Amino acid sequence: MDMYREIILDHAQNMRNKGLLHPNDFDHEEHNPLCGDKLHLTLQIDEHGIIRAVGWDGQGCAISQASASMLGEKLIGMPLADAKQLDKQLILDMIGIPLTINRVKCALLSLKTLVVGSVGLETWELIEDNEDE
Amino acid sequence: MSSTFDFPYEIDTIRADFPILHQDHHAGVPLVFLDNAASSQKPTAVIEAMNTYYRTIHANVHRGIHKLSEAATAAYEDARKKVQKFIHAKSRREIIFTRGTTEGINLVAQTWGRANLQPGDVVISTVMEHHSNIVPWQILAAEKGFTLKYLPVLPDGTLDLEQYTRWLRDENVKLVTVMHASNVLGTVNPVAKMAQMAHDAGALILVDGAQSVPHLPVDVQSLDCDFLVFSGHKMAAPTGIGVLYGKRDLLEAMPPWLGGGDMISRVTLEGSTWNELPYKFEAGTPAIAEVIGLGAAVDYLSALSMEKIHAHEQAITRYALERLAEVPNVTVYGQSSERGAVAAFTVKNIHAHDVAQLLDAEGVAVRAGHHCAMPLHDFLAIPATARASFYLYNTPQEVDIFIAALYKAQKTFAL
Ligand SMILES: Cc1ncc(COP(=O)(O)O)c(C=O)c1O
Repeated sequence: MDMYREIILDHAQNMRNKGLLHPNDFDHEEHNPLCGDKLHLTLQIDEHGIIRAVGWDGQGCAISQASASMLGEKLIGMPLADAKQLDKQLILDMIGIPLTINRVKCALLSLKTLVVGSVGLETWELIEDNEDE
Repeated sequence: MSSTFDFPYEIDTIRADFPILHQDHHAGVPLVFLDNAASSQKPTAVIEAMNTYYRTIHANVHRGIHKLSEAATAAYEDARKKVQKFIHAKSRREIIFTRGTTEGINLVAQTWGRANLQPGDVVISTVMEHHSNIVPWQILAAEKGFTLKYLPVLPDGTLDLEQYTRWLRDENVKLVTVMHASNVLGTVNPVAKMAQMAHDAGALILVDGAQSVPHLPVDVQSLDCDFLVFSGHKMAAPTGIGVLYGKRDLLEAMPPWLGGGDMISRVTLEGSTWNELPYKFEAGTPAIAEVIGLGAAVDYLSALSMEKIHAHEQAITRYALERLAEVPNVTVYGQSSERGAVAAFTVKNIHAHDVAQLLDAEGVAVRAGHHCAMPLHDFLAIPATARASFYLYNTPQEVDIFIAALYKAQKTFAL
């Protein structure tokens, strides 16, 4: 089934950057209330505001874990200011398969953790709502 | 007399959409349904939307991974967006599904009210309110010790806005809770103006839209109301479903009411955190079919256009009031120039229940009683009224049958 295309299985089975960072400059955890998926994200950010290291831990389905793994790779080397403004479409494009309404929540959990932890829930809700227009 | 009537849409086509209208009420006596303020009839599109849901996509929402749950969730959330557009809310998160108007008001009382009202505070309701906008505040006032005041009604059936101005100026008013349109007097209250006055005095306003949302275009942003509640069953949708609209910042700050599934973000044995809006206020498996039915009803009304529905109802009501005025011994209540599609009346020497019974024999369904507005009837000093109320499918011919039946009722009582 193409929902589990190779890249997702690859990330889900060989997760990049798994394991929390101590010390860190960003530390936030979010849940997906629909299914109980959990994502804990930590970042190390240098004095120029560039994300130097990503470490995350979580529990959840292949989609949510693969999206965390893929997002983590993308974040390294990115200014935090840019990361805060990432669009949900980036994640959906990385996942690369059409997702149904409940599964979109799984895919976006990693980005939600980043945005809620760095900007706030309201901003996240705006980003999320924008998508389903 | 009714032949000169102008319809804004093809009335026969519309009537064909409502299967219940095409049956005999008694053998050989067609149904004339004039009890729409209590509950309206449903078009085939609404009935079929629910049937199709049960036949093809039923499953629980917001939890399944399987295709049925996905389809049910999508249909459920799609209906929320339809309602959002229908009342012009800024965000879908401001649309909370309830069982109806009554539940919506109780929700606001038990969450916002419980968290914000205390001794010394004043809540302004009105004498014309439905019991659902009086009793929840009485229950809470007994517990929290705030003062509940009722704005009087003037002889023409409008609210005493001078008293309103005085109370807002002199009292510590925290909330104004008022019906948009009266289910008895027909009065359409100036809620946009009342909202502005309330806000200037630092108070919030809750609008009971049970008799307005089904009948006229309602825009929560231009009204600038803080809360709006209404029921699906009065607007061509099924029973058991209604809407609470609330401004987002208010809803965010309010504690939840019912606890359980769907409304949580995370539960541990030590405590829980709440889900985001609107789910924080939608505990448990919701009325999925009814929500989908409500969405179909909104589509139906929007396709006809609320402006046209309103125009049609205004014309029918004007005609009914004209005809009632010519029947001897009949008194109609409420003379507001802004009025909805209801005519509550009494017939001299015939109790309202007998009027309703005699009309029923002629196929005409009206309601009799206090219409869940006992304080208003006390104020009018009458025990009960009969009430004819109209909807988008009623015709002047039906009004004629109603009037003829009223004459006949008086003959039966030999007046
Ligand atoms: C003005 C008004 N408010 C509230 C209600 C209560 O609505 P529901 O019984 O659907 O909760 C009604 C209808 O009976 C009404 O006419």
